[in-house]
Amino acid sequence: MSLIALIPLVPLIGFLINGLGFRKIPKNIVSIVGVGASFISFLLVAYTFGYGYGSGAFNGENFEPITVTLFDWITVGDLNIPFAFQIDQLSIIMLFIITGVGTLIHVYSMGYMSHDEGYGKFFAYLNLFIFFMLLLVMGNNYVVMFIGWEGVGLCSYLLIGFWNKNFEFGNAARKAFIMNRVGDLGFLIGIFLIIQNFGSVVYTDVFQQAQSMEVGNGTIVAITFFLFIGAMGKSAQIPLFTWLPDAMAGPTPVSALIHAATMVTSGIYMVVRSNVLYTLAPGTLEFVAWIGVATAVLAATIGMFQNDIKKVLAYSTVSQLGYMFIGLGVMAYTSGFFHVITHAFFKALLFLGAGSVIHAMSDEQDIRKMGGLWGKIKITAITFLLGTIAISGLPPFAGFFSKDEILAHTFAHNKLMWALALLGSFMTAFYMFRLFFLTFMGNFRGTKEQADHLHESPSSMTIPLIALAILSVVGGFIGFPEVMHLPHALADFLSPIYEGSKLVNPEFGVLHIDHSTEWILMAVSVGVAIGAILLAYSLYGKGENVPAEDAEITGFHKVIYNKYYIDEAYQAIFIKPTQALSRVFANVIEPKGIDGAVNGIGNLVNSFSSRLRKIQTGGTAAYLFSMCVGIAIILIINFGYDFVEVSTDFGNNLMNYIKNASSGK
Amino acid sequence: MLESTIPDIIRQVPQTNYVLLATFLFIIGIVGVLIRRNAIIIFMSIELMLNAVNLLLIAFSAYAGDVDGQVFVFFIMAVAAAEVAVGLAIIVMIYRNIRSIDVSLLDKLRG
Repeated sequence: MSLIALIPLVPLIGFLINGLGFRKIPKNIVSIVGVGASFISFLLVAYTFGYGYGSGAFNGENFEPITVTLFDWITVGDLNIPFAFQIDQLSIIMLFIITGVGTLIHVYSMGYMSHDEGYGKFFAYLNLFIFFMLLLVMGNNYVVMFIGWEGVGLCSYLLIGFWNKNFEFGNAARKAFIMNRVGDLGFLIGIFLIIQNFGSVVYTDVFQQAQSMEVGNGTIVAITFFLFIGAMGKSAQIPLFTWLPDAMAGPTPVSALIHAATMVTSGIYMVVRSNVLYTLAPGTLEFVAWIGVATAVLAATIGMFQNDIKKVLAYSTVSQLGYMFIGLGVMAYTSGFFHVITHAFFKALLFLGAGSVIHAMSDEQDIRKMGGLWGKIKITAITFLLGTIAISGLPPFAGFFSKDEILAHTFAHNKLMWALALLGSFMTAFYMFRLFFLTFMGNFRGTKEQADHLHESPSSMTIPLIALAILSVVGGFIGFPEVMHLPHALADFLSPIYEGSKLVNPEFGVLHIDHSTEWILMAVSVGVAIGAILLAYSLYGKGENVPAEDAEITGFHKVIYNKYYIDEAYQAIFIKPTQALSRVFANVIEPKGIDGAVNGIGNLVNSFSSRLRKIQTGGTAAYLFSMCVGIAIILIINFGYDFVEVSTDFGNNLMNYIKNASSGK
Repeated sequence: MLESTIPDIIRQVPQTNYVLLATFLFIIGIVGVLIRRNAIIIFMSIELMLNAVNLLLIAFSAYAGDVDGQVFVFFIMAVAAAEVAVGLAIIVMIYRNIRSIDVSLLDKLRG
């Protein structure tokens, strides 16, 4: 299956063409190259999927992943890291999301970015992102995953700061990049620990060896913990989540593709990929779950009071990512991953819808200045409503199935966790409908120019919206709950990748709640969602209660509106001390310590040699004298003993000679 | 027969005498080089040392009955002649430049 190598290669070629020639290539060719590269990748993925089914790699008796080794990349001692791709049930689904949603967003960008001068650059970056994301997902070992992991971080940086003439946007990009580095350090340490303990980074080797270990093994707990720190950074969990809302500085398609559908879910992908290790470490899983709960609730509370349409969606994304981690933390890997899939559909839809609204509103992002758009931009409004319902968790939309599955597993695991998650779900439904009502209902609150300029987006933007809306509606049908007596296609499909987990922990995959409880839970979560929607309707349904201007916000409301001052706290706790330390280094250590040492050595040599040069008198006699002395010393050292003997002999001879001469012979 | 190859005239003087003479000449040369400041005298002292060595070579050669040493001396003399030519030329040039051949004045390389 050498065609597999082409899947990431095609976007890379697209990047090279657009990236090298974006100043000269006309816009329509840029579009063809950019969208085409992504679409060809999608076709190749579809072909691979068909091939996998045909050969039985995905569904037959032997669930062998398709592996393609391109070359041996690093060989050091016993450690061999191949540059190889692995396609199995998990990665093929991710590939579908990346290339499928990716292609739709590429198409959307044709419309959204059409007036931007950096059109070619934008498509080049998007293709580069697709390339790295594919690398992340397709690698058959942690190191190739790490290349992709870093690469998508780079693309995220480039695209957040895409409008780099704005200083604030550049800062947001740097914030995202630096915060991700913090997580990446954890990820790296995790990889090093894996190398140290397993002597390999290839998934199949590592998991094979891990299967013989005991549950709760300290090393595994450490490895999983450090890997999860990486996931915290990339998937924006507490405490590393503050970059994601700021990342909304980037163009909206970027928010949809990178900061909602694909890159931020790579942390979840990594955990599901390493499910054997995580199953072996219940301690880490508990930690993961609580971090997820905390993030889900905290981000939701912030989301309830934001007034920027993209910021609301950003906090919603953070919150939903929290849900995914709750799912993973309670060992319901499939449920967490299910939510990745449905979230990719409806959150991409919501972001693109928001982009369409912003486009219509002449770059206005504040929902206080919107309202009454329902009749003006019909397609956007309807698709946005569908996305909103899907994320709120109303059946039979996609979000209902995945979120409900997570909640059911959480209920079985820990009741308090479930209650908090349910609270988060209430808030999700509330802030999403608040957003919807404020944007589309009531009267228009913008300026006259904006009102005159209101228009539905071009078809290149509405077609992706419609496609994603359809997916948001039907996407949940791949995983029906067991109680409905319908097949859970996703769980069946993914079950082979959990073989190791089942082996190490017999408890794995058993849901300890009976059917009546599950029905009740379902009813409760739907009831909560409906309650939240009704509350939102009563408050904002007719375009009333428009949130106050920034200056008028007071009290606790102000604390939440300012995101609990977390950024300010980080500024005080981490950034200020770091800067102070840097200043100490710059003003004391650097001049006194390092410069002092370097200059000190120089001065020492200088002063020593200025004394030594006095020896060079320039007088020939002195040189000759020292030469003679030197030769004498060398001779004495080398022939010292002989010298004594010879001179004694010589002296005796001399005495004899004198004696003979005086005696007259 | 080693004994018979040594000429009688040489055998009348013991080997030690040659060694002593050469040693004295050499020491005179060294002392001359070290304490005199006139370039010509220094040059002569050097020649003295050279010839002390030549004398020693010839003496040993004669007593050992081996002509190699004497052949060697011819080479040394030839090379010494060339060296004298060069050395004297240098001294002439020194004189032309500083109107003196006192080597203690030549201290341009002082550090």
